[in-house]
Amino acid sequence: MKNHEKLQNLANHARFLIIQTLINSGMGHPGGSLSAIDVLTALYFEIMNIDSKKPDCDSRDRFIMSKGHCSLGLLSVLHLKGFISKEDLASFRLNGSNFGAHLDADKMPGVEMSTGSLGHGLSGGVGRALAAKIDQKDYRTYVLMGDGENQEGSIWEAAMSASNYKLDNLIGIVDRNNIQQCGFTEDIMSIDSLKDKWQSFGWSVQEIDGHNMSDIVNSLKQAPFDTNKPSLIISKSIKGKGISFMENDHKWHGGGAIKEFAEQAMAEVKEFSKLEI
Amino acid sequence: MKENIRIGYGKYIAKLGGANQEIILLEGDLADSTCSDIFQNEHPDRHFQMGIAEQNMVGVAAGLAQEGKIPFVNTFAVFIAMRACEQVRTSVAYPNLNVKFVVSHSGLSAGSAGPTHHTLEDIAIMRSIPNMTVLVPGDVMEVEQIIDASIKHKGPVYIRNSATDVEPIADKPDFEIGKATKIRDGNDVTIITTGIMMQKGLEASIKLEENYGIGARLLQMASIKPIDERAIIDAAIETKFIVTVEEHNILGGLGGAVAEVVSMNGQSKVLRIGINDHFSGIGTPEYLLAAEGLTSEEIIKTILQELNE
Repeated sequence: MKNHEKLQNLANHARFLIIQTLINSGMGHPGGSLSAIDVLTALYFEIMNIDSKKPDCDSRDRFIMSKGHCSLGLLSVLHLKGFISKEDLASFRLNGSNFGAHLDADKMPGVEMSTGSLGHGLSGGVGRALAAKIDQKDYRTYVLMGDGENQEGSIWEAAMSASNYKLDNLIGIVDRNNIQQCGFTEDIMSIDSLKDKWQSFGWSVQEIDGHNMSDIVNSLKQAPFDTNKPSLIISKSIKGKGISFMENDHKWHGGGAIKEFAEQAMAEVKEFSKLEI
Repeated sequence: MKENIRIGYGKYIAKLGGANQEIILLEGDLADSTCSDIFQNEHPDRHFQMGIAEQNMVGVAAGLAQEGKIPFVNTFAVFIAMRACEQVRTSVAYPNLNVKFVVSHSGLSAGSAGPTHHTLEDIAIMRSIPNMTVLVPGDVMEVEQIIDASIKHKGPVYIRNSATDVEPIADKPDFEIGKATKIRDGNDVTIITTGIMMQKGLEASIKLEENYGIGARLLQMASIKPIDERAIIDAAIETKFIVTVEEHNILGGLGGAVAEVVSMNGQSKVLRIGINDHFSGIGTPEYLLAAEGLTSEEIIKTILQELNE
C-alpha cells in the first residue's frame, strides 16, 4: 500500500472516531475537526518526530493546536498514536472527565498547550521556537490555527515576533475552511487575502489542498521554505469534510444537533473503522 | 537616603542572571522604565524585546517556561493585569507555569502620565486567579528577597513594583511568601500595609505611640496571596480593630483580602484606606498619594476617630 494511501486511511479512521466520540458525548466541534484531520494525521504519522512512549523526549517536535475547540480532531489522532486510551476518548465531555471541549496540557497526555481561547497558540509556539534557538536545539514547532482565529490581534503580534526573531524552526498552518461559528468568514469579518497578510508579516507562505495527502505531505516536508523566516501553510479545506450533510455548513461548527443525525453520520463513517491502518 | 524599587530590581536580576542561565527577560518596549535594561546590557543574549505587544509577550513567556526557562516579563502593571490578563490566566496560571511577572509603575507611581498608566485594580484581579502568587515590595531589600523567593517558588508570580522613591526600612524581619513582616508590635490597634504604604504605616505607628500613647502594631504584608491568615486573626483578637492601607482601590485588594479573613474568623472591624473607587488624577506620585489620603496623617486620623467612637 502506498504511503499516502495508508495516511488517508488513518485520517478516515480518525473521522470515524470523531463521529463516534461526538455521538457518545452529544457535544463537540465536528466541522473544524473534520476539515483539519488530514493535516493532523500527516503531522503525527509522517512528518513529526514524536513517540507516545517517550512523550517528554527533549528532541521531539512540538505541536500546538491553537484552534483548541477542535479537540475531537486532535484527541482522535492522539488515540491512534497511542497517547490516550479508548476509555479516555469515550469519556470526552462527560461529568468528571479530564477530556473537555478544549485542550488541556495538564490533564491530556500528548497535549503541549492549554488552548481553547483563540489567538493564544502561536505565541506559545514562538516561545518554544525561541527556546530552541537559545539552546541550539533542532526540534520543530508546528502550530495549527483556525481561519476565523486569524481575526484575533494576538495572532498578528505573534506573527510579527516570529519573523522579527527569524524563527525558521516554526511552522504555522491555517485551516482555511472559510467558515466560523456564525457563517462565512468573509461575511463576518473578512480576513482575505490571508496569503498577502502573512507574507507582509515576513512569513514564507504556501497554499495547499487540505484534503490531498500528497499536497499536505510535500508541503510539510519542504518546510522551512526559507532560511531565517517562519513558514506558513494555508490549508484550503472544507468544514465538515467527510460527512456529506455537514460539509460547508456553519451550523456544524458545533455538534449539539448530532443526536438527530447520529445514524446518518455513522452510516457515512462506519466503513472507515475497518480500514487497514 | 531614598531608594527606588524598580532600579533595585533591575540591578538585582542582572546580578542573578549571571549565575542562573535559565533566567530570560522579556520586555515590552519600556526597558529603561522597568529597568530590565540593566540585564539587557549584561546578558544581551537572554533579553528579548517583544515590542508593544503584551499579549504575545505573555504567550511567549508561557512557551519558554514549558521549555524549562524562568521568564521574567517586564512592562507596566496595567498592561499585564488588564491588557494581557487572559493570557496570564489561561496560558500561564491555568497550566501553573513558572513565569514571573515583574510589573513596574504600579499604583499611582506613573504620576502625571495619568490614569491610563495608573493601576489601581491589579491586586484584585491577580489574586482572583488560581495558582497566582501576588507580592508587593515596599523597599529594595523586600524586592530582592521577593525575587529570590519567586525563583525558588515553582509557579506563576506577580510582583508589583513601584517607581516612586522611598525610604528603606532596614530593621525588619526578612520577607517570606505567605508571612506578614511584623515591623512594630502593639496591642491597641493594627495597621496592615502593603508595598510602599509600609513607610506611611511606620510613621503613623511611631506618632501614635509618641503623641497619643497608642500601641499600633504594624504588619507589612508584601505577600497578599498567599496571605498570612494567622497574623490577621491574631491582630483581630489581640487588638481593637484593623486598618489596611494600600495604593489600590479599596475594593478587592489588600483591604478586601484582610476583610475576607476577619469576616470568617472573628469579631473585629477592618477599615480600609486606599483609593475610594474612582479614577485617579494628574500629578507627581507624592502629590497624588496626598490627594488620595494615602498619608500617615490619614492613618492616624482614622484610628483616632474610631477609638473615640
